[in-house]
Amino acid sequence: MSHETASEAHHAHGHEAGHGSFKGYMTGFILSVILTAIPFWLVMAGVLESRLLTAVLVMGIGVVQILVHMIYFLHMNPRSEGGWTLMALIFTLIIVGIALAGSLWVMHHLNANMMPMTQEMMKNMP
Amino acid sequence: MSATQAQETEKPQFYLTEEHHPENSTMLGFWIYLMSDCLIFAVLFATHGVLGRSYAAGPSPADLFDLPLVAFNTAMLLLSSITYGFAMLQMERGAKMETLVWLAITGLFGATFLAVELYEFHHLILEGAGPTRSAFLSSFFTLVGTHGLHVTFGTIWLVTLMVQVSRYGLTPENRRRLMCLSMFWHFLDVIWIGVFSFVYLLGVLG
Repeated sequence: MSHETASEAHHAHGHEAGHGSFKGYMTGFILSVILTAIPFWLVMAGVLESRLLTAVLVMGIGVVQILVHMIYFLHMNPRSEGGWTLMALIFTLIIVGIALAGSLWVMHHLNANMMPMTQEMMKNMP
Repeated sequence: MSATQAQETEKPQFYLTEEHHPENSTMLGFWIYLMSDCLIFAVLFATHGVLGRSYAAGPSPADLFDLPLVAFNTAMLLLSSITYGFAMLQMERGAKMETLVWLAITGLFGATFLAVELYEFHHLILEGAGPTRSAFLSSFFTLVGTHGLHVTFGTIWLVTLMVQVSRYGLTPENRRRLMCLSMFWHFLDVIWIGVFSFVYLLGVLG
């Protein structure tokens, strides 16, 4: 892979952040275009009958596209900065996961346990 | 008293003396800033996840969102990402003029994105679907607006760096700044993937 050798060469010069190559950027770009087009097509053309399947596909493809951007545009690799960028990323992902899953979980249960509103209460609402 | 004595006898060391290239810590520091920014967006996404279905008997995403426009905006941001990549490649070659041209193209794509987003917001507010209409619209405007604000500041930063590069050339300082903005710009594109998938596409899907 040309990117590897390029970053290796830079390493020798004292640069550590990889900058990628034309090929790398184009690969990332073409993959991104495909991965953007598919979810828009799925939703706009209403290809699939199942809403749930469409939603899962849209989110799944989104995650794949984020990975593509991380690798080809942000030049993430396990070796950059001695592994510290990856470490910071993993830590952030854990926090993001807790924040997202926790919020949705807690708020869903709060919603489910709310006292149902009656007509009487609705009338007296401010 | 004893503390000052201790300070005089042995100077505290806040860094590793055997560090090979301390200038690289900028990139790691900037990465950590981006990660903290990521947390801001995570919280806004979580808020939208919770409130995104609370329409208050108002308009729903399917009524409001114009997906072709969103697709156009996505294309603008994606194109600006690749043109920024080309600017970085030209910077690596040490070609000042080409770097500036690619940066200018990136800035134009960024400005187009912002113009379309402002048009969309303006249109929504005129339709009576402003941020005060429902919880869904409040969280929508907060999340998408925060992203737009980031793009705005990224564009200002880009113009600033274009002036810097045209005046002082591709000095090591300017290269470092361009690399930081590169990370920032690509990061915003990553956030946008979450926005168009989660807010627009899943919103319209209902």
